[in-house]
Parts: sequence; C-alpha cells; structure tokens
Amino acid sequence: MSALLAILKRDLALLLPGGAQGGTLLPLLFFLAVAMLYPFAIGSDPILLARTGGGVIWVAALLAAILPLDRLLAPDLEKGLFDQWALRGIAEEAVVAIRLIAHWLSFGPPLMLAALPASALLGIDGTALRMVELGLLAGTPGLAAIGIVIAALTVRLRAGAALAGLLLIPLAIPLLVFGAGSLSTGGKSGLALTAAMSLLLVAIAPFAGGAAIRAARET
Amino acid sequence: MEACRLTATQLACRRGGRLLFRSLSLSLSSGDAAHVAGPNGTGKSSLIRILAGLLSPFTGTVERAGAVALLDERPALDEDRPLARALDFWRAIDRADTSPAAELGLADLVDVPVRYLSTGQRKRAAIARMMGQRAPIWLLDEPLNGLDGMAVRQVERLVAEHCRAGGIAVIASHQPFALPGMSEVRIADFQPPSAE
Repeated sequence: MSALLAILKRDLALLLPGGAQGGTLLPLLFFLAVAMLYPFAIGSDPILLARTGGGVIWVAALLAAILPLDRLLAPDLEKGLFDQWALRGIAEEAVVAIRLIAHWLSFGPPLMLAALPASALLGIDGTALRMVELGLLAGTPGLAAIGIVIAALTVRLRAGAALAGLLLIPLAIPLLVFGAGSLSTGGKSGLALTAAMSLLLVAIAPFAGGAAIRAARET
Repeated sequence: MEACRLTATQLACRRGGRLLFRSLSLSLSSGDAAHVAGPNGTGKSSLIRILAGLLSPFTGTVERAGAVALLDERPALDEDRPLARALDFWRAIDRADTSPAAELGLADLVDVPVRYLSTGQRKRAAIARMMGQRAPIWLLDEPLNGLDGMAVRQVERLVAEHCRAGGIAVIASHQPFALPGMSEVRIADFQPPSAE
C-alpha cells in the first residue's frame, strides 16, 4: 500500500501543472487558445457564439486531452521503471490505475477551471455554463481512461504521439455526442449517459492498459 | 538472509525469429554465483530477463524462491530529480531505512540531478537502488559497464559479500568478473548448430 502511495506521489509530482514533465500547462493553454481564437474566426455575433460555444469548449477539451498522451507511459517503460515494479510484485494494472488518477487530476479539474474564462470569451450564459461544467466533470474521466489505454497500446511505437491522436478521436465521439449533446437538449439524461460511459471506461482502462504494457515488454 | 533458489530447466530463447540458445539449465541456491559469459548479441541480456520473469522463454521453465533484483543498462531513476530524491522513491517502495549511496561513493552527488551523472556514476546509482531492495537474488546485466578500476573492485566485493550472506548472483558480462567460487555459463555452448 505504501508502495502505491509512493507511486501516486511521484505521478502527481510529474504530471500536475508545474511538475517535472511540465506538459500539463500546455493542454490548458491550448484549450484557452481555441476558446480565444473561435470568436475571431466566427465573428462577434453573440447569439451564434452562445449557441455554438458549449460545443467548441467540448471539442477543445477533447483535443487538449490528446496532448499529454505520448509522455504518459512511454518514458517509464523505456527507463525500466515498469520492469522494476513488476519485480517487486506491483501489478501493471495498479500502476496504470494510479497513473489514470494522476492524469485526470492533471487535466480534468484544470480544464473545468479554464472553462470559466472560456465561457466568458464565448458569451455562454450561466445555465449553459453549468451544463458545460457538469458535462466536463462527467466526461473528462472517460477521456482520461481512453487516453491512458491508447498511451499503453502505442507505448512502443515511434510515431505514437500522432497515432494516439488519430485513435482517441473516434473513440471519444460517444462521449462528445452525449456530453455536448446535453447542452442543446438541456436534459440530465445526456449527462447521466456521459457519466455512465466514463465509469465504464475508467473501470476497463487499468486492465486494458496493464495488459498492453505486459505485451509491450515481450517485444 | 532467507534461503533462496533459482532454477532454470531446458531454457530456449527465440528473439526476432532467431534461436539464440537452447537446452540451457541452471540451478543456483543460497550463496551461489554464476557468470554468464559470451560475446555481444548471444542472448545474455535475454537470459537475464527470462530469469527475472520479464520475458517468457521459448521453451523451458524458471523457478524462483526469493525476491529478484535486476540491474541492467537502465537505472530506472527519474532524470530530472536530484539523486537523493530519485533513490528515495525506490526506498519508499522497498521500505528501506538506510541508503547504500554513501558506500558506493555517491555521497557528494546526492543533490545532483540524475541526468548530469556520468555513465559510471549512473551505474553506481543503479547499484545503490538495487541494493536497497534487499532481494536475495541479484541479476546483474553488464554490471561493470562504464565503471573505473576502483569501482569494479568495489562491485566485485559487494557481490561477494552478498553471496557470503546467502544471496544468489547471476552476472551477465563480456568482461571478466573476479568472484571466488563462481560457476561459469558459456552461452556459446548452448547455441544451436545452425547459428554458426
């Protein structure tokens, strides 16, 4: 148990904003950049912006989730940390589950925070903002889970970063459909479905990721 | 140290469609050491990884009684962290109270980030990490790479002490390794004839 705690502490130190890998601020800035550029590109029609802004926030969040994927698991496999954990009887599944928590903490809550200035830039009103925030809360764990499985599957590939982006987009479409869809329908059912999908993905991810890491070790 | 055993039976290893060795058997118990010798590319590292359980053999079985510590070309230390903190991470996992860093001449380097260490210093840091694990079975893959003469003798002494205390050591190296009472596994003897 203390070993898992030590791993969680290291993961958080590496992944959280200001951490040693320092990549976490990048998705955040990327997200804000999209929210900032969108009104310039589409024009300053407030009705149009308010209607489409929530969807843009979702697309920006999804694309921002791709950025940290290539640094998520590959360096630790290369540096032999996964081998050392395996020798100590620490399962890959446990390491991936911990990494999933740290990964979500490093981009989920920051994106939810960044959605506040983004909604101001896009002219989204209070009720829609609430739906966006709840949707992100329900959807980002699922995005993190898809991301970590893809990171595990592409861990040995040279062009892993590019491939990770291509793989994440189709897999994340259901989350986008129901998460962003709940904005236009205003219903709770879309949020509930997004949360259900997220829970399922979070439950599967450590096992799929762990198996992928073990398979990568044999090659 | 608790009694430990490492037994390999009829191992064969296939990498990249090539059979590297076959019918390799090995039996080591407390206090034994073996030197796996052979030129580059003959499967020394693969044998070490098979013995560690990180690679499945093409045929054959490996039985281990006792925890395994592995030292290979990767120190498994965080490059950006100062050496002391990078080692502390493994100490927390291994629940080790003392650090062998000073013993390995690393006392002056504890504040230096790992990425600034030289090859030899890196190797000594990796040895410190491995010793902190206090595992009875040591699997050493090229433990002398990059070490100077003094450090080589020190590593030889540490391995000898480990074996005297009842541990097992398997050393894969193309360099000579001075250790009294060590058996030698020449990997060339287990190469299939077609590999000639």
